[in-house]
Amino acid sequence: MNPFQPIGRVFLKFLLTVGRIVTFTSLGLMHAFRPPYYPRMIVRQMIDIGYYSLPVVGLTAVFAGMVLALQSYTGFSRFSAEGAIANVVVLSITRELGPVLAGLMVAGRIGASLAAEIGTMRVTEQIDALTTLSTNPMKYLVAPRLIAGITMFPLLVLVADTIGVFGGYLVAVHKLGFNASNYLQNTWNFLTAEDVNSGLVKAAVFGFIVALMGCYHGYNSKGGAQGVGRATTNAVVSASILILCSDYILTEMFFTK
Amino acid sequence: MADQPKIQMRDVAKAFGPKVVLDGIDLDVGVGESVVIIGGSGTGKSVTLKSILGLLTPDRGSIKVDGEEVIGMGSSDRERVNHKFGMLFQGGALFDSLPVWENVSFGLLAEKRCSRSQAHDIAIEKLAMVGMDAPVADLMPSELSGGMQKRVGLARAIASNPEVIFFDEPTTGLDPIMADVINDLIVKVTREVGATALSITHDMASARKIANRIAMLYEGKIIWQGPVEDIDNSGNEYVDQFINGKAEGPIKMAMRA
Repeated sequence: MNPFQPIGRVFLKFLLTVGRIVTFTSLGLMHAFRPPYYPRMIVRQMIDIGYYSLPVVGLTAVFAGMVLALQSYTGFSRFSAEGAIANVVVLSITRELGPVLAGLMVAGRIGASLAAEIGTMRVTEQIDALTTLSTNPMKYLVAPRLIAGITMFPLLVLVADTIGVFGGYLVAVHKLGFNASNYLQNTWNFLTAEDVNSGLVKAAVFGFIVALMGCYHGYNSKGGAQGVGRATTNAVVSASILILCSDYILTEMFFTK
Repeated sequence: MADQPKIQMRDVAKAFGPKVVLDGIDLDVGVGESVVIIGGSGTGKSVTLKSILGLLTPDRGSIKVDGEEVIGMGSSDRERVNHKFGMLFQGGALFDSLPVWENVSFGLLAEKRCSRSQAHDIAIEKLAMVGMDAPVADLMPSELSGGMQKRVGLARAIASNPEVIFFDEPTTGLDPIMADVINDLIVKVTREVGATALSITHDMASARKIANRIAMLYEGKIIWQGPVEDIDNSGNEYVDQFINGKAEGPIKMAMRA
């Protein structure tokens, strides 16, 4: 009847979800800092999130760097600024493409697997079982994944930065005929610590987002296989959107003075 | 007080949205007693168990464990009370990322009551109590059949020598022979660890075997309770219909959920 009713309902539901996520986040962080810790779980998650993501991140980075060099060459040659390619590649990779592309790829890989794993534990009552065995599931399941996400993403992005710049180098030197030592010299001279650092800070934030969304949606999944499927989708979609959204906010914080 | 009940529920009610699941439950479980709650699907049996375990918070009423009110308890007190409990979940709810022995001694390891090698030995001892051989300890839960998973779940439930063990539909999904094996084990192990037992089931053969006392739950209320010997002469037509499994009678099945 009332056209404002559905709008109001959607808005209230949105506020409820935001509230739930904030509560979940603060609980998760609190348990991440307060003992007891589960070093075994933390290491396992670090290996899962960090080490096993290396192939995906490496491949993404090398192609991103190669395309970047090629595209900026075709663009820059129109106003004979080919010399700037090294600078463009290293700047774009460290500031943006490294963290964002790695973040999105790992959001797909890790966000989905976290949500599916925790969601399955929820619907098969394994999370309830943890509680009855005097283990807090937030501490045992969520906190180690948050810690692993925050610490492993910057390392992954460091690897992505290196491989990405190398991809650009490959194309520039072997296809576009740049002088190898000049290219590297240009890359090195132009790079500042702030470029890399801002990228690593972004990576830590993205890692937190991916782990949080995976855990949150998995933890709150219900209704069997279909519910777990929905949780997985929601985890990846929400993590990806939040990454792009927070990327803008962080860039603005870092580079507009 | 010698006659203080182990678990005392008074006027416990719980609703999910408009659906009233528990509508004022009063139930006492004495020390060392084995009480079985029977009732059809969706009558609130699981909600009753989860309320006692603190996995759900009732809307009103009081639940006392050893005379201590557990509703509204802080999380550290809750953990202390849960130390007294062991629970066998309907699907077993074994942690599928951990080997069988670590599942069994999970509670002990979580409380750091013993080292990992001691925990392994205790697990093998508990597995022997439920009639399983030592080599099973190193398998993963997914390598076990449903009946074996139930047994491992039972071993886990008794691992920390609980004062109260909860059984959630212990025989559901098992063949009649395996169901009887599990019933015998339940009777045997609760006697060996000297525990109080509270079970929920709709399997009358199982209820007759493991119960001292039976309570029947219907539409969120306990409509009958008494010693297991009286179940055939309850004088209650709801109970008669249920234990004889007749479609005709006062209980009308909701054909739509």
